[in-house]
Order: sequence, then structure tokens, then C-alpha cells
Amino acid sequence: MFKTFIVGIVLGIAAAAAGLYLYPVVDQHREASIVSVAANGGNIEAFHANVPMDRIMIGAPGQSTALPAGLEWPADEMLQNVRVELFKIRDARDAVVGVAARTSASNGATEIIDWMLHLPARGSVYVNMRPESLPGGYRQGELRAGSREFNQWSGRMTERWVPNSSADEEAPAGRIELVTTFIGRQEAT
Amino acid sequence: MMKFLIALVLGALTGAALFVVALIYNPFVADRGISPLAVSQSELVALNFSAVPSDTLVFTNDGNSAQKPHPEKVLQLWEAPVRRTSAMATVLRDARSQTAGIGVKFSSLSERTRLLQGDALVDSVWYVYLPKQGSLFIQQSENYWAFLRDVSWPAIRSGANNWKGNWVGDLTDGPGVLGTAVVTGGTGAFQGLKMEGVESLIARAYSADRGPIAAEGRLLIELPETDGDAEATAAAD
Repeated sequence: MFKTFIVGIVLGIAAAAAGLYLYPVVDQHREASIVSVAANGGNIEAFHANVPMDRIMIGAPGQSTALPAGLEWPADEMLQNVRVELFKIRDARDAVVGVAARTSASNGATEIIDWMLHLPARGSVYVNMRPESLPGGYRQGELRAGSREFNQWSGRMTERWVPNSSADEEAPAGRIELVTTFIGRQEAT
Repeated sequence: MMKFLIALVLGALTGAALFVVALIYNPFVADRGISPLAVSQSELVALNFSAVPSDTLVFTNDGNSAQKPHPEKVLQLWEAPVRRTSAMATVLRDARSQTAGIGVKFSSLSERTRLLQGDALVDSVWYVYLPKQGSLFIQQSENYWAFLRDVSWPAIRSGANNWKGNWVGDLTDGPGVLGTAVVTGGTGAFQGLKMEGVESLIARAYSADRGPIAAEGRLLIELPETDGDAEATAAAD
């Protein structure tokens, strides 16, 4: 019986090692990407954040109502002209696929608008927007850096506020629409 | 026959337990040792922040983890694609504890995690805005294996479910070849710069039920050498 116990120990060690090796400890849920091809090359993908339901935080000085309730934005003078917003972002099917941060700041002469999008199963992108608005209410920016899937990509992104046009009482007030047009750097050269 | 079956099952359970203990105390998983930026001669930017969720501006996750969202009513990340993700916005302080700017961090458990190899990985990105200098984007893999082994596991084992001590370690584990984070300058003085960085953690108290109780994080960013630095180094050589 002692020999059987020893065999059991060996089997237990082997089973635990095999289980840990074969079974993924982390398996991120993936929504199928909805990508279309741009006429001049590159992948177009649209994301949006429904406002106000997808807004996680508005961090800015002088807010009459804090979001989330209980948020205390620092009174430090250094952060007086900074506004940070966090959102959940959705794909074209309206499924939540990631989170995003939008930071706007001005220090006198220059105005900064930056987006950071994080799609857990895919990677992240960092986009600098040009502060001036284009016809149609768009603002355009350049992809500065990306991680993992987006590591070797270049391209641009537009942002636009789209007010709600439905009569549904539960409809959001509108949505922030983000459209990315990315192309692999090797393809671009 | 039944006796042999019971012995086999007990043996298998003992084997599995032995395997778990060997995995946690695996001597072949070496600590990373000194940070690659500790010996850098370039100018470094150090940004400190509290790693305790209740000390941040906002911290949110799926709401079921040990680290509870803050403030309490913040929107939680419960949808399947973001359930293993946390989001944090925090004030960043310089070496003199003065406000230097704002940082936003998104972290997701990494599918490259391999516990057999001592890799408990998290894919994370930072957006850092420093009003006097500009903005930065930091992308990194973090390895929490040493933290889990030295802090979380002792907390779970203790009767009171907590740990006290002084744990200092680098979390960044790539994608840079020296185990550093890739830092991209966005605006202001950082515009167009490619840099390296390391995120480290100093933990002093941890609860298995509530997460970090007293802990401080630090981002160390190595600025690229200017022409003046290069000339000074060459002259010194």
C-alpha cells in the first residue's frame, strides 16, 4: 500500500504540472473585431462611448457634481487646467471591448488633447489629437505609440460628438465616436 | 482494493500539494536583482504615487477582487472583455512629494502568464501628464510573481490574513531587452522622445482581504542623453 501511495504522489505531481502547463491561467474574452479596409490601405475600426452611462470619471476642477460620487479632485494649482475623463469603450455592435482615457489640458499657448485606448485582449494605443476642430465636428489625431497588437502600427484617429437622435427615453444623451485608421509600418513603407 | 484506491488518491493529493509548495518556493526562479536604470548615467524622472486604491483619485475593477473600487460608487468593469482589467487615475508626485502631474494606468491580466516559469504577468499602460513638461505613454509587462510569493502568500498563510514588512521590487519585466518599459513622449518637452522606464513597488502592509494597506509605487523614466551629456561623458572617459 505504501508503494501505491508513492505512485499516487508521482501521479499527483505529474497531473498538477500537466494541468498548469495545458490549462491557460488567463484567458481574456474576445469580441470579434469589426474592421473594414480603407481605400488607400489600412484597417478602419470604430469605437464609441455612450454618454453618460459609459463615463467612469470626470476629473476636473470646479465640477458641481463629482463623477464618480465621492471623487475629490486635487485643489493643487498645478492641475487647474487639466481635465481627465475615463470611459468604457464599445465596438460597432455596442459591446464593451475596453477602456479609454481622454486628457485635455492647456498651459497658455498650447492645448493638449490625448487619448489612450486599452483593449485587454489586443493591446493599447496612444493618440495625440490636434486641438482644432475640422468641418463636421471632427477632431483628428496621430497614433504615437501602441502596444502588443498595435506595436508596429501607424495611423490616425478621429473623435466626434454625436448627439442622440432617438426618442427612446433610455437612450444616451449622445456618444463619443472614435474611428481609427491604422496601417502596419512595414506595409506603409 | 478499496484501501489501494484510497492510498492512490491520498498520494495524488499529497503530490499535488507538494507540487504547489515546490512551485511557490522554486529556487530556479531567480529574483531580478538590481534595476537596469539604477546604474544609468542619464537624467532620470522619478514619479511617486500611492499604490493603495483608497488613496487614488479613482480605482475600478470587476468589483469582486481583493482591491475594492474607489470611490465606492465608481462604475465597475464587469463586462466579460474588461473583467480582468483595472483602471486607476492618480496624482503623481516628484521626489520632494510635490504634485508633478496626473497618471492614468490600465492593467489587464496577461495571457502570457506561465506560473511554471514564475511569470505572473500583467499587461499595463500608463498615460502620464506633467503640466510643466508634457505627456508620456508607458507600455510594459509587469511580473507580480515575487510580490505574490513574498507578500500575498504570507498574508494568506497568516492567521490574521495580513502581512507587514518592507518589500521593495521592480514590477516591470519588459518589453525592453533589459526588462524595461517602453516610454514614448507625446507632447511638450517629451515630444518625439523614445525612453525607457521601470515601475517599482514598496509594500509595507498587505491584507489578503483588502489588498495593499500601505504601499507606494514609483515610475522611473530615463531621459535620452543630450549632446551635452554625451560630450561630458566622453570628456570624463
